[in-house]
Amino acid sequence: MEPIVILRAGKTFGDTIAFHDIDLTVRDGEMFGLVGPDGAGKTSLIRSICTVIPIDEGEIRVEGLDTHSQYREIRSRIGYMPQRFSLYQDLTVAQNLRFYADLFGIGTSDRKKRIAELYGFSKLEPFKNHLAGNLSGGMKQKLALSCNLLHRPKVLVLDEPTFGVDPVSREELWKILREIRKEGTSILVSTAYMDEAEQFDRLAFMHEGSFVAMGTPAEVKSTFRYPLYRIQGENLRRLRDEIEAMPGVVEIQLFGDVLHVAFEREPEDKLWKRLAELGISDRERIKPTIEDVFLLVTGGRHE
Amino acid sequence: MNDTTVLAKDLTRRFGGFTAVDKVSIEVKRGEVFGFLGANGAGKTTMIRMLCGLLSPTEGIATVAGYDIRSQSEQVKRNIGYMSQKFSLYNDLTVKENMQFYGGIYNVRPSILKDRMDSWMERLGLVSYRRKSTRAIPVGIKQRLALGCSLLHDPPIIFLDEPTSGVDPRARREFWDVIYALLEEDKTVFVTTHYMDEAEYCSRVSVMQAGKIIAMDSPQRLKDRYGMSHIQDIFIHLLKNGEEKRATPLNLPLSGG
Repeated sequence: MEPIVILRAGKTFGDTIAFHDIDLTVRDGEMFGLVGPDGAGKTSLIRSICTVIPIDEGEIRVEGLDTHSQYREIRSRIGYMPQRFSLYQDLTVAQNLRFYADLFGIGTSDRKKRIAELYGFSKLEPFKNHLAGNLSGGMKQKLALSCNLLHRPKVLVLDEPTFGVDPVSREELWKILREIRKEGTSILVSTAYMDEAEQFDRLAFMHEGSFVAMGTPAEVKSTFRYPLYRIQGENLRRLRDEIEAMPGVVEIQLFGDVLHVAFEREPEDKLWKRLAELGISDRERIKPTIEDVFLLVTGGRHE
Repeated sequence: MNDTTVLAKDLTRRFGGFTAVDKVSIEVKRGEVFGFLGANGAGKTTMIRMLCGLLSPTEGIATVAGYDIRSQSEQVKRNIGYMSQKFSLYNDLTVKENMQFYGGIYNVRPSILKDRMDSWMERLGLVSYRRKSTRAIPVGIKQRLALGCSLLHDPPIIFLDEPTSGVDPRARREFWDVIYALLEEDKTVFVTTHYMDEAEYCSRVSVMQAGKIIAMDSPQRLKDRYGMSHIQDIFIHLLKNGEEKRATPLNLPLSGG
């Protein structure tokens, strides 16, 4: 059975559309990413999937169950980690785990085994007698995740688990999620970091309440059909403004210390000569990153 | 003319037994964009709040625009713009009303305020939103409005605490164009970020960990020093090395102890 099926779902708050016309199937055992900036509608969609807010239109099924009429059953089967998951700061790591095991009604014999397994993932055992409030941000995140995995959910939903988390802890969290997926859990994760799109089996780009692209990272990147070049040079902002004004330039963006320039067609020598005169020092034909694709599909200017 | 706008020496802030910022010294010159990188809880926000005169240091000294952050915090506040992570805007007010409100707080004379508001709305692309309720505008616009509000008193130094977190890639780039325009007006900008591509836009970056600065230089010199081509790799390298050093659980207080 497909763990999450969404058919033409929509949700409106007053005169603000949170999301509309959403169609999505998360396949069994996959890690699916909802990628998009703040305000795109990711959190509202996730809350609807997790039965926290009802949708106005369409249908959402989780493990075959309807989010309107069968929300109780859904809640006992999913793990849901919202942006601000509440750990009890004045309980220890072990006490937090025991408390959530009680909430999920996990018996004493199973609990021991499960907590040991989760310590295996999280490497939190050496910290089990420390207060949750004293843990680092990354460790708190791992503890919150462990609490949501105690009841062995078939479906795990995480809302921006890496938001504001440093790159080292982010890397570690992705590693843990991949291990959980190996156990057979289907995972839906949202993120505002474009570079994390590579972590997913499949992903959907969310922008202003709807999906603007969907597929494997490779499929999404293959929608970028323009020749793309990485260009280096002095004073990149001036260079960008000058190149942007040239005909045949579809998109030009700063990426740290380089420019990414997409041309309508493969540039001819004449164009490269012009660019050399403008002061570019180096160029390289590159494959688009997920961020290039996002900038192009949300651009509008050259569409 | 002395070009140093921010000088900190052994700046330290403790909260109870926890040292959030631990003997940090920096010297930042006019026209620089100075970046603070680091994990959550590394001390970036505490550092910025001290330099803004919002939080007094436990030890150490700092001057901002020539004023002592401890004894002259009012003068410090008049010479800086501060944009917090949460944008502190009034959702019930319109875009224009938020600007009027902040102009009033900073005692900008009404005749000057009107011109500055017009000018910033124009530059930040806020004109078409001026009568809209702040609650109803997109995050990227809110972020620009928050920046505009922090600039109405024309401060020479601007502190931006994670101004681009969660903002879409296009709006992030537009935001940095505005920052660069500010630098051309000889302003000094402090910024914290989790986006490593943005570290490249800083004239110097400092990497903070557990309250200390563990690396500080221009992006290019850092790349040369560590023989790596991306700030992200340097950052992960630095933090991992630091993590290993302090990963002994014994450093954490035990429950009830």
